[in-house]
Amino acid sequence: MAFDYDKYMRPGKLPHIWCPGCAHGIVMKSIIRAIDRVGLDKDRTVIVSGIGCASRMPGYVDFNTLHTTHGRSLAFATGVKLADPSLNVICVAGDGDALAIGGNHFIHACRRNIDITMVVFNNNIYGMTGGQFSPTTPHGKLASTTPYGNPDYAFDVVELSMGAGATYVSRGTVYHAVPLERQIADGITHKGMSVIDALCTCPTTYGRRNKLGSATDMILWFKDNTVGIKAAERLSPEERAEKILTGVFRQDIKPEYCEEYQKIIDMAKGA
Amino acid sequence: MSGKEVFYQGNEACAEGALYAGCRFFGGYPITPSTEVAEFLSRRLPRVGGAFIQMEDEIAAMASIIGASLVGKKSLTATSGPGMSLKLENIGFACITEVPCVIVNVMRGGPSTGLPTGPGQSDVMQAKWGTHGDHPAIALAPASVQEIFNETVRAFNISERLRTPVILLTDEIIGHMREKITIPEKGELEIWDRPRPDCPPEEYLPYDTSKGIIPPMADFGSGYRWHVTGLNHDASGFPTNKPSLVQPEEERLMAKVTENLDIIEKYEHLTKDGAKVGIVAYGSSARSANAAIRLALEEGIPVDFIRPITLWPYPSQPTIEMAEKVDTIVVPEMNLGQMIDEVQRCIEGRAKVVGVNRVDGDPITPENILEKIREVA
Repeated sequence: MAFDYDKYMRPGKLPHIWCPGCAHGIVMKSIIRAIDRVGLDKDRTVIVSGIGCASRMPGYVDFNTLHTTHGRSLAFATGVKLADPSLNVICVAGDGDALAIGGNHFIHACRRNIDITMVVFNNNIYGMTGGQFSPTTPHGKLASTTPYGNPDYAFDVVELSMGAGATYVSRGTVYHAVPLERQIADGITHKGMSVIDALCTCPTTYGRRNKLGSATDMILWFKDNTVGIKAAERLSPEERAEKILTGVFRQDIKPEYCEEYQKIIDMAKGA
Repeated sequence: MSGKEVFYQGNEACAEGALYAGCRFFGGYPITPSTEVAEFLSRRLPRVGGAFIQMEDEIAAMASIIGASLVGKKSLTATSGPGMSLKLENIGFACITEVPCVIVNVMRGGPSTGLPTGPGQSDVMQAKWGTHGDHPAIALAPASVQEIFNETVRAFNISERLRTPVILLTDEIIGHMREKITIPEKGELEIWDRPRPDCPPEEYLPYDTSKGIIPPMADFGSGYRWHVTGLNHDASGFPTNKPSLVQPEEERLMAKVTENLDIIEKYEHLTKDGAKVGIVAYGSSARSANAAIRLALEEGIPVDFIRPITLWPYPSQPTIEMAEKVDTIVVPEMNLGQMIDEVQRCIEGRAKVVGVNRVDGDPITPENILEKIREVA
């Protein structure tokens, strides 16, 4: 039987604002299926976002939803989670939102290991404002503000998250929607800060400018240019260097922030 | 007032007042001269089952308290000038989404880093106009340690009842000064909570104003699933850019203040027979003004006095009354002239207005003010 998305969609809120060919819908559907797989209670789930294309996603889905200021989703979400640790808190953000203007909140949420699941809709560009380069735009690529090619080098979301202390870190793609759903589900059930780097595509403001083909071509590109971290072990270093690694990079059990704070409450009440 | 007597610093009184008002969440970032508010609450909040968090920056601190308030917790942050500049972004978010919260700004001197350990009153216009876009502004300016306690309670009460951020403007002098205060017994001061919905969740419209201009607010997690956005929105909470919906919503946000002056406005107005000089002063400058008025009377110069305790919205009516009686109004403030503009605006030329202004990091002394009184009397 086909999956019933209607159970999680708000009636009357479609069509969405995303351009034809945008892959954000695939990530949204992966999140919905992951939530269904885990069996979260809609009343007890909060989805928080910042500003940008990806950040419009909470408006379409039927949860407690919080569309905040640019880059600040994790900071708002930290307040929500610490105020009521029994709530399930999921953040969605684009790459610019999560890693540029929200970069400080990102690394500190990772460091605290607070039980929030952060899904980065990583399409390498600021789409909503018309295609400016972001912290994940590859070196040399064209954007509306890098007309001669991007002089910057990109963040690796997985390396950044692990370096900052997130305890569940994975990378999926919109071509591999089933593993992406599984990663998001694992991130939600994981106790601690989870980061899912969801590679997706912006044919309108990134693909077209960089001559990456059609919307479908861009999604198919992930098929040929990514490799799972297990399979990558069989590749030569030269072969591996040409691929983007996907899969679960870290799944560690470490003290979670709200649980640690509960110990402080217990200690202070006893004092 | 019965209760427990303590010898408190202003910042401690603020934190104690917050707890009395029911504050159960504090998100902050260290900054002089407000840090004692955070330190006090880091000790006390967990004892009452609340939460304290030191965030990674001022922006995050402001964001965290809005998040906590959406879950239903009364929330506070405290900062000073440079931090206030950073918080303004999310204060605007709290205004348009109508999320109650209290922001303490213990004012210090100078633009930028300025005088971190010196007093100032340079953020009074920022408190009104700081965040971009038209928005309601409420700021309270206590002048003693006891008043900091009481006004912190009132800040929470107003914020809850009107569903809007309230700024408590103190300054380094009263923030760090110690005075004996009485912490009232529980129940002695009235505590207000935000209106919450009683309709079935499926009928809940978060910005439905059919029953009044302050719509009930549901806690996240309580079964009322709603959408919160900083975009202009309709009664259902979802974004709209329809001119016919945006204009009345923006006007309603302002009306929440203008139609509730009875619970917001607060001032002292002291008059003396035959006074031809008046003073308008707030916060720690009002303390020096009080002394100057006493000294002037000893010299035979009667002086009227208005002390706005609520700074925004500004108490226009008593100021107009003062202007109709006196020839000159003196406005002492630790800035180069901010509230003096507001005094001039509301009296529309009925009296001459002169300032006494210091921004050198020292307080305005009674002698500074007395000198001006003698000059204009």
